[in-house]
Parts: sequence; C-alpha cells; structure tokens
Amino acid sequence: MTTQASVLANLAEVRAMIRKHKRNDFIFSIIGLLALMLGLLTLFTLFIDLVATGYPRFSLDFLTNYPSRKAAHAGLLSAWVGSLLVMLVTFISAVPMGVAAGVYLEEYAPKNWFSDLIEINVTNLAGVPSIVYGLLALGLFVYGLGFGESILTAGLTLGLLILPIVIVNTRESIRGIPIAIREAAYAVGATKWQVVFHHVLHYASGGILTGVIIGMARAIGETAPIITIGALTFIAFLPPSPVSDVAPFINVEWLSSGFTVLPIQMFNWLSRPDHAFHINAAATGALIIVVTLLMNATAIWLRYRIRKNIKW
Amino acid sequence: MATITSPVKAESRDLNFYYSSGHKALKGISMALYEKRITALIGPSGCGKSTFLRCFNRMHDLYPGNKYDGQIVMHPDNTNILDSGVDPIEVRMRISMVFQKPNPFPKSIYENVAYGLRVRGERNKRVVDDKVEEALKGAALWDEVKNRLHDLAFNLSGGQQQRLCIARALATDPEIMLFDEPTSALDPIATASIEELMSELRNKLTILVVTHNMQQAARVSDYTAYMYLGELIEYDDTDKIFTNPGRKETEDYITGKFG
Ligand SMILES: Nc1ncnc2c1ncn2[C@@H]1O[C@H](COP(=O)(O)OP(=O)(O)O)[C@@H](O)[C@H]1O
Ligand SMILES: [Mg+2]
Repeated sequence: MTTQASVLANLAEVRAMIRKHKRNDFIFSIIGLLALMLGLLTLFTLFIDLVATGYPRFSLDFLTNYPSRKAAHAGLLSAWVGSLLVMLVTFISAVPMGVAAGVYLEEYAPKNWFSDLIEINVTNLAGVPSIVYGLLALGLFVYGLGFGESILTAGLTLGLLILPIVIVNTRESIRGIPIAIREAAYAVGATKWQVVFHHVLHYASGGILTGVIIGMARAIGETAPIITIGALTFIAFLPPSPVSDVAPFINVEWLSSGFTVLPIQMFNWLSRPDHAFHINAAATGALIIVVTLLMNATAIWLRYRIRKNIKW
Repeated sequence: MATITSPVKAESRDLNFYYSSGHKALKGISMALYEKRITALIGPSGCGKSTFLRCFNRMHDLYPGNKYDGQIVMHPDNTNILDSGVDPIEVRMRISMVFQKPNPFPKSIYENVAYGLRVRGERNKRVVDDKVEEALKGAALWDEVKNRLHDLAFNLSGGQQQRLCIARALATDPEIMLFDEPTSALDPIATASIEELMSELRNKLTILVVTHNMQQAARVSDYTAYMYLGELIEYDDTDKIFTNPGRKETEDYITGKFG
C-alpha cells in the first residue's frame, strides 16, 4: 500500500542517505588530497630550499670545473662524468641480465615451489638496504675479482642493486600481455622462441624500459654502496675517454679508473665546515633531483607513448 | 545438404582428455570431419566443445599437465596428430584456428596476416605480398583495407578484426580451420558476414566450428555434433539433427527444453 505520504517519506529518506554518502565521499577525497599534498609539499619545500641555497652556483662553470679548495671555483666536472660512466656500466650490466632473467622466469621456468621461492627472493632483494650491496661488492668485486675501487666496480654494484627492479618490472609487463595474443601466435605455428622475440619482448618493451629508467634514477642518487667500495671524494682529473679517435675507437681503460659521482661530491662538500661549500652541495642536490625527475618523467612519457598503440 | 559423401579429413578415435586439475573433460569421443565440409559442435556451456576443438591444434600442450588419451588421425597421411612424436608446431601449420574474441596482434593489418608466413621463414616480399592479398580477399576484407594495410589492426571494427584473424589463419593454406564461437563477440551484421565467409571457405578447406547458437549451426553446417558433459551424444547430418534427431537428449536441447 503506497500512499502519497509514504512515497514522499521514502523519497526524503533516500535523499538524506544520498546526501550522507556524498558527504563521506567528500571527506575522504579531502583526506586523500591532504595526504598527497603533504608528501609533495615536503619534496617541493626541500627542492626550493636547495635551489634557494645553491642558486649562486648555477652556472656553466659549475659543470666544467674540477673540485677545488676554493668553494667558488669548485665544480662538478669529475662528478657528473663519473656518474655518467658508472651509469653506463650499470645499464650494460643490469639490463640484459634483468630482462633475460625476467623472461626466463615468466616464460620458461616451470611453475613450482622453487620458482615461487625465487620470485619471493627477487622481490625481497629489491628491499635490501643498499649498503649491503656495497659490502657484497667490496668483497666480491674489489677484492675477490680484483676490479679495485673502480668505475667498473661501482657500475656493477649499482647494476646488482637495480637488477631486482628490472626483473620485477620485466615480469610485470610480460604478465600484462593477454593469453589470447600468445595463443594467436602459437596457433599459426610459432615456436616459444618466436613468441618471445616477436611478441612478448616487443609488447613488454614499454614496461621494461620504464623499469630500467626508474632503476637508473634510483641508482644515480645512491651514495652508501659507492662509499663502501671506496669512491674518491676529491678528483681533479677525468677517467680516460671510452671512445678515441684511433681504431678500435673504443677503449676500456676508463673502467679501471678511480672516480667520484654526484652524490659523493655532494656528501664531500656537505661535510666541510666552510659554509661556502654547503652552497655547492645544495646546487648539486638540486641537480640530482632535477635529473631524477627528468628520468622519471621520461619513463612516464615512454610508457604513455607505447601504451597508446597497445591497448588490450 | 550433405548428402554427397566426402572423404574423411580427420577423425578422433576414442578420445579422452584430462586437464591438469585431473578433470576429465572429454569422454571417449569418436567422430569424423569430412573434407570440405563444415562440422558444427553444439551443446550447453561447459560440455567440452572448446576442449575438443583445441585438441585438433594441440593448444592444450601450451599448459603443463594436460593429458590426451586416444587419437586424432589426419588423412590422407594417417598421422595421429596427438602422438607425442608429432610436433605440435607441425600440427598447427596444418590446422589453423580462429578464436572466440578477435585477437589480432598489436601490429599492422599486413603484419597480422603475414605472421604465419614469417614464422615459416618466408622472406620474399613478393610472395608475402601476394599471400597477404590472397588471404585478405579470401576473408572478404581486402576491399575494406587495401588502402591502409599498414594501419594498426586495432583500428578495425570488431567484425573486421575477426575477418582479419580469419585471413591470418588462411594465409598459410591450412587443411583444416577451427572456429571457437567466432561470432559470439560480434553484432548480427558482422555475424552474418562471418557466416557467409565460412560457407565460402568450405570450397577450400575443412571446418570445425563450435557454436552455442543453434540457428548458426543450422544455417552454416553440413554436420552437427551434440555434446553433453564431455560425451558425444549424437552426430549426424545437420538437417537430420535439427528436424529428426535420433536421441531424446538432442531433441530436448534443440527444442529448448533444456540448456
Ligand atoms: N584449464 C582448465 N582446467 C580445468 N578444467 C577446465 C579448464 N578449461 C575448461 N575446463 C572444464 O572443462 C569443461 C569443458 O570446458 P569447455 O571445453 O571450455 O566447455 P565449452 O566450450 O563447451 O563451454 C568444463 O567443465 C570446464 O570447467
Ligand atoms: Mg567454449
């Protein structure tokens, strides 16, 4: 029996309920926004502070000068070149290995308790404190394999550090490929190898690349393991160039060179009593943040670009 | 419709199939596919139609633990394609498949159709071009795409994508083509064009089609098999199945009393 009065009463009740739900939505969105802002604001404030402090040193000289006893003349040349070369080794060592391991685990390894165990371990490795990698590298690369306190050692160490990131990202992007696409390839007679090379790697490349860049962005700011393996803190020379103008145009002497990197240089300046050096440190910090943000932005952009053509 | 007898192209002999879970999805199925005829598999959802179809191109081999027991013999060479000595790749090169949902690769239209040839190592561009054109014509898609062969396949409509998948399956000249509910994701117009296409393909090859749409089976097929709970209940001329089925269960299903 629905009288007009009961319909109206019911309607009022429904409206009150909807209002209440909407209020809850609103409250939650405010809380979420605040949480987000808190994180972003902290980072932003930090960055602004670094820029404000380091501002006087923003000039080309800062990038082209070697470190110096005089703060105003000291520059980052050996540090950014060192970072670049170390990153090169990191890239060359971590990417092929990480991608191969990810593909193997996802496509070839039998799924059993053992592969589960490996999976858990790889994920855990991503969370191991970086200084532990430094200790491992000190024993393995510096003394065990005799690579010394070199660019090679640093690059391999950071390579190890980002290996789990590359593996996990590779696996995740491979998992995103629908079974229907694999079956389509197998159905026309493709072998497993062909499926991996023509399809899996191709469609996963966006995600893999993103993982690589995110890993590299992390590696570029790493300090602890680099200190552990003995990076120098004051270097007024450049490692031998990796390329030369005589055949075979590529040389490897730079691999065994001593080196410093951006965060170490920053650390070094920061630990000096003279305030003038703290300005240099702030400028370096700002640079590291900018480089990291740029790398992450590239990763997002690449992911977007590649996803645009591949929508499952 | 299918009164003119045709040689047997392939036949399953007492075929049982076990999923890795241990579930026995096919129970002693023996039936023949006739050359250049369309055979339809009907039956309620979950009765094993897809499972049976996917035995023909050894799709189940992709997942560890699945087990075939019995034979599928192909003629004229008398090869038991389920034999562990027969490479599933060889089987898939002879028997191609079109899936329920269109599944083009995220590549160009051309690359999609050419993929089967690439897999076989064909590098001669002339040969590939010709084959791609022939397959697209065979799939009644050529006129619609000939000016944009290098566009992404994803930009095609659902019906066009399914015809592209048929072209992909056709490009390698298979002896048998398997269709697993090829129109269930399509609108009625696209469905009609796929059905028409199947009737035309019948001139070239042997077709096994799973459908849960009985009208579709009645419209396109020469023979119809009714499956229930992993068993083959009845297999006969499509006309006979739909007008005068021999088994009570078939009749109940056809008339909608059940399923
Ligand atoms: N991968 C699988 N593992 C275990 N059981 C399965 C698997 N796929 C299908 N089945 C089971 O096998 C039976 C037949 O499935 P299917 O062949 O897909 O049926 P249909 O295509 O007729 O709807 C169903 O009972 C289903 O639950
Ligand atoms: Mg099915």
